[in-house]
Amino acid sequence: MTYQMPPLDQLPDAAIALHRGAPDWRAAVRRAAEALTASGAADASYGERMIAMIEEYGPYIVIAPGLAMAHARPGPDVHGPGLVIVTLDEPVSFGHAYNDPVSVVIGIAATEADQHVASVAALANLFNDESVIPALAAARDTDEVRRLLAAASHPDLG
Amino acid sequence: MKIVALCGAGIGTSEILRVNAVRALERLDIEAEVSASDVAGVGVAAADAQVILTSPELVSAIGRTNADVVVIENYFDLDEITAKLEVAVG
Repeated sequence: MTYQMPPLDQLPDAAIALHRGAPDWRAAVRRAAEALTASGAADASYGERMIAMIEEYGPYIVIAPGLAMAHARPGPDVHGPGLVIVTLDEPVSFGHAYNDPVSVVIGIAATEADQHVASVAALANLFNDESVIPALAAARDTDEVRRLLAAASHPDLG
Repeated sequence: MKIVALCGAGIGTSEILRVNAVRALERLDIEAEVSASDVAGVGVAAADAQVILTSPELVSAIGRTNADVVVIENYFDLDEITAKLEVAVG
């Protein structure tokens, strides 16, 4: 069974949520869960599992300045591979030693552990340009987000 | 040379780290096998690894290991990853 994620520059509107309000990191993760639910990838309970990962292991998901990558293990509340991008109207602290505050939350869901390899490689390509995170945080509409993501849709991994 | 990139669930951040570690190793012209693992599987995945790459928060979850544990702050900073890998494997 092979699911294919859509190219990042073809993310549907339901997978992009801009300038959402979140008073704290749990709310920020729930905003990502809501987008995963809206795009059909996962149930709301997946959001609570993403929060539980951070409660268990700490804010390791804040992998670059301003960027959190929320995720949990595959499970019955995941219906298919999903990737969503949420920007916050006010950055929130996750309690990370170096990379707070967070203004962009990427939520990912997978039904199998190795499902995200292609799209994650594309993400690595995208964010190696450090200007992309603040540009995403400032994006005003979903088309602008897709334009920013277009640069990552054809990862050059050699 | 075997290197393991580690995250909590093994589906997201460890894969980012794995991809960028491969790029850093290409810069260093070092041949290595880089895999991604979650915390639950690290004992097996890293049993014969020389290096474990991970975030500051997960270091305490690794437990006893003979591998060098290399902490990466910014998973997208190839300069940071390259410099730290060069120290660990050099």
